[in-house]
Amino acid sequence: MSAIVETAGLTREFTVRDGPRRRRLTAVDDLTVRIEPGEAVGYIGANGAGKSTTIKMLTGILVPTSGTVTTCGLRPVKDRRRLARQIGVVFGQRSQLWWDLPVRESFRILAAIHALPAAVERARTDELVERLEMADFLATPVRQLSLGQRMRAEVAAALLHAPRLVILDEPTIGLDVLSKQRLREFLIAMRRTDGTTLLLTTHDMGDVERLCDRVLVVDHGRLAYDGDLAGLGRTTGAERVLVVHLAAPSPDLIGIPAARHLSSEAHGLSQRLAFDAETTTAARVFAAVAERVEVLDFTVEEPDIEDVVRRIYAARR
Amino acid sequence: MAEGVTVRARLRPYRVVLAARASSQTVYRANFVLDLISSLLAAVVELAEVWVLFHAVTRLGGLEFHQILLVFGLADLAFSLADLAFGHCDNLPTYLRAGTLDVFYLRPQPLLLQLVTSDISLRRLARAAVGLAALGAGLAVNDVAWDVGGVALLVVALVSGCATFAAMFVLAGGLQFFLVDGAEMTSAFVYGGRYAATQPASVWSRPLQVVFGFFFPMAFTGFLPTLRLLDLPAPAWLPTWLGWCGPLAALWAWALALLCWHWGVRHYRGGGG
Repeated sequence: MSAIVETAGLTREFTVRDGPRRRRLTAVDDLTVRIEPGEAVGYIGANGAGKSTTIKMLTGILVPTSGTVTTCGLRPVKDRRRLARQIGVVFGQRSQLWWDLPVRESFRILAAIHALPAAVERARTDELVERLEMADFLATPVRQLSLGQRMRAEVAAALLHAPRLVILDEPTIGLDVLSKQRLREFLIAMRRTDGTTLLLTTHDMGDVERLCDRVLVVDHGRLAYDGDLAGLGRTTGAERVLVVHLAAPSPDLIGIPAARHLSSEAHGLSQRLAFDAETTTAARVFAAVAERVEVLDFTVEEPDIEDVVRRIYAARR
Repeated sequence: MAEGVTVRARLRPYRVVLAARASSQTVYRANFVLDLISSLLAAVVELAEVWVLFHAVTRLGGLEFHQILLVFGLADLAFSLADLAFGHCDNLPTYLRAGTLDVFYLRPQPLLLQLVTSDISLRRLARAAVGLAALGAGLAVNDVAWDVGGVALLVVALVSGCATFAAMFVLAGGLQFFLVDGAEMTSAFVYGGRYAATQPASVWSRPLQVVFGFFFPMAFTGFLPTLRLLDLPAPAWLPTWLGWCGPLAALWAWALALLCWHWGVRHYRGGGG
């Protein structure tokens, strides 16, 4: 099967006016990446790392300075209108709904824009309304929606024409915990039932952890990492942390094999030990601790992805 | 027959958007009526300006007030109709700044058609009513030859005038891609052009005659057809058959507008240009 997204040496430069002088800024630099149908890819990086520029080139909004890009087998700039029928995009900050019209009306207009037959339109709208729990606010004008409601409506709007590729640019930005969770659950279910390919940019590492099976890290326009989430932690040597709660105050647990004592709280009642998942396991560290002291409870903290990304950046400079 | 169906289907997205826009404006009836009234007042004030001017002079550029009324009516009605359909191209800077233009790129229709059909300002109907009234009055008080040629000239002038003004809106839109705060500058020729179009071109200074006579062909929307319609003597440098050349002016304006639009879009997408 052919790739959904395929880029080769994709590069985009901008001319920036810096006072009287002009200088060239490379927003995306020699990006070569291939995304297969059905994948869920997290595209992460700092602000200005080139994420939005990449998305604009994938969708045909921006013309690449050099290199090639194919999306859904089409050339995005040349075949923009055909491509538009196959992709769904949510820009977290830009609404594609009509702010003064009821949500239902926006869906009706978008169905006309995508030339959906009446029966398909009804079935698809009903399905999305049910799965995204939008029945309560279908008749509400978009401008009166809460952010969480609006974002669900935006996602539904992007999915109405059942696109093969869904691109979400910061979909959970500003959402409360519950709204975030709902949206993620919907996206997981959507992938399971429809096999939709998902490309997601986000600052929220929870999104990546919950939704993505592959991560692309971009730094200064260059691809800094391409692989799974666990591998990302391994590559950067980010450590997992075992937190133990003890029965009695104890001295710092120093000298546990392959583990490092990070901190103690409450006179040593609660202690944190870092370990490298490559060289040992949580069970082994736990066993070594339990030999010395009585443990009441414990948790294992996964590497903080933001920290991981920071480490990637640091290592590259 | 099959072709008719596809054309209908192709037009449906635009029709649905426009219908929704139109109905949303009339939902708040009182609001809509106020909008209409304010729009009407603005148009009446502009007509009054011309009338006041003729209290000071009896002739302007070789035309008397009742003749100017026809120039004003023709140009103003053409402009108002273009404004109704294309006026919200003025919103482009807002779309550009908010990034909402990108949303148009994600829909399977041509960009310019989406922009043009993205809205319709029904309040501008009030403006068109004033233009129509002025035109009606102008036709009534003047000695118009109501033969086939006269009627044809009137229709040709109105349609091509409307197209010319519409092109001005598109032209201005195309320039917005380059100008960060360019609305003031483009308003100068869009609204300045409208103002110029409602005046006799013979009073313009020579540079204005070049700019609004030919580059932005405003003289073709009101002044030149009126000269021809009333069989008035034209200034020495203008042959009267130019009154029939509205369609050529519209074609020129649209060529300029589309060039500018494509240039702007190319710039926006960063394809060089």
